[in-house]
Amino acid sequence: MEEEKNEKKYTTISIPTPLAEKIKKRIAGTGFHSLSSYVTYVLREVISGMDEEEGEAFSKEDEEKVKERLRALGYLD
Amino acid sequence: MQKPHGGKLINRYIKKDQTQTAEIPEFEVNTNLSEDILNIAKGVFSPLEGFLCYNDLENVINDKRLENDTPWTIPILLDFNGDNIKEGDTVLLSNKENGVKAIFDIEEIYTYDKKTLAKNIYSTTDEEHPGVANVSKMRPKLIGGKITLLDSKQREFDNYNLSPRETRILFKEKGWKEIVAFQTRNPPHIGHEYVQKTALTFVDGIFINPIIGKKKAGDFKDEVILSSYETLMKHYYLKDRAVMSILRTSMKYAGPREAIHHAIMRKNFGCTHFIVGRDHAGVGNYYGPYDAHEIFSEFPDLGIIPVFFRSFSRCTKCGSVVNDKICPHDQKYHINFSGKKIREILRDGKVPPEDMMRKEVAETILKFDNPFIE
Repeated sequence: MEEEKNEKKYTTISIPTPLAEKIKKRIAGTGFHSLSSYVTYVLREVISGMDEEEGEAFSKEDEEKVKERLRALGYLD
Repeated sequence: MQKPHGGKLINRYIKKDQTQTAEIPEFEVNTNLSEDILNIAKGVFSPLEGFLCYNDLENVINDKRLENDTPWTIPILLDFNGDNIKEGDTVLLSNKENGVKAIFDIEEIYTYDKKTLAKNIYSTTDEEHPGVANVSKMRPKLIGGKITLLDSKQREFDNYNLSPRETRILFKEKGWKEIVAFQTRNPPHIGHEYVQKTALTFVDGIFINPIIGKKKAGDFKDEVILSSYETLMKHYYLKDRAVMSILRTSMKYAGPREAIHHAIMRKNFGCTHFIVGRDHAGVGNYYGPYDAHEIFSEFPDLGIIPVFFRSFSRCTKCGSVVNDKICPHDQKYHINFSGKKIREILRDGKVPPEDMMRKEVAETILKFDNPFIE
């Protein structure tokens, strides 16, 4: 059961062979052990910059209450 | 404004009178676990909404990420003996010391391997390591599921205790866009001030964030750390550029993994940068001095910028605080900032030399009858 739960969910994507060859040359001797680890790294970097911003989880009223506390504690004038 | 880790600032707190708890079985948890509950509920551990389930734990152990690929390096776990409860149950978790009461919806009950957990998180199975020792004391099963905080009581230092949503509003009101966080467990010496001000030079504000809580004999008391920082900030920092607030969480001494965890928490407070020193969150000789720097290269998607400091010292030739990138002089001209030496001088009731610690800071510490934990 636990082995089943831990099944990794990897998927295969296709990239042009010349690009793959270029990447293999580029990562030789670096900390990247495979084409997949390099592509994963780059995609994580790209995606993290594109994440949609969610709204803050507090209302105007909540914000005013927080500001009051911050003033009372001397954090805000 | 800095995005919370995982994209959403978690808020799992509802007022006690909004829910009925009389029929729910209650379990007392220890103080460390109750701090975890508070940190989950207030969003310090965003995006966690509760204690880890099996797949998340396996991913954290093996890949330093949650199941959904979000970077996460320190497992937040609830261990128990395995009696009287089952998956799908709802229980009340409580802690008398902190007055914590939280609803816990049990999603999953599972077993784990202590050696694998210790080896992967702490890079050792040596029982002398405090984190490994804690793992070996853990109970045989883990429970995963979401928590909802109902209540907690007022505590000492609450005036310095801001939640992530409060710091975020504070930074916004101050007009800060780039904020560097500095973690500490000690009163500030001149070296700390150098590091903080060097980092501050390039951003809008500094968030000084001492870890408060259980410490070992010989450490400075929490109130001493806070008073000494108040003194330093009053005399040597611009009011509109520095803020101090505490963080209640236990040190795990997991070195590099904990450095990432510390950065994630500060990201949730709204910080964009995080200062990482030599042997950050290390203990003994379990980690290399710069392991906590190198691990950041594994996380291009962490979303907070590490500011690395290597060793720094006072150079008698330069006549100032220096680091290994800026001073050409031989080691013999360098005086290290030894926390141990400063403690010895203060223990004798004396003020350390001004090139080690600000006189005002030392005098603040010496006003306490005993600044150290017995």
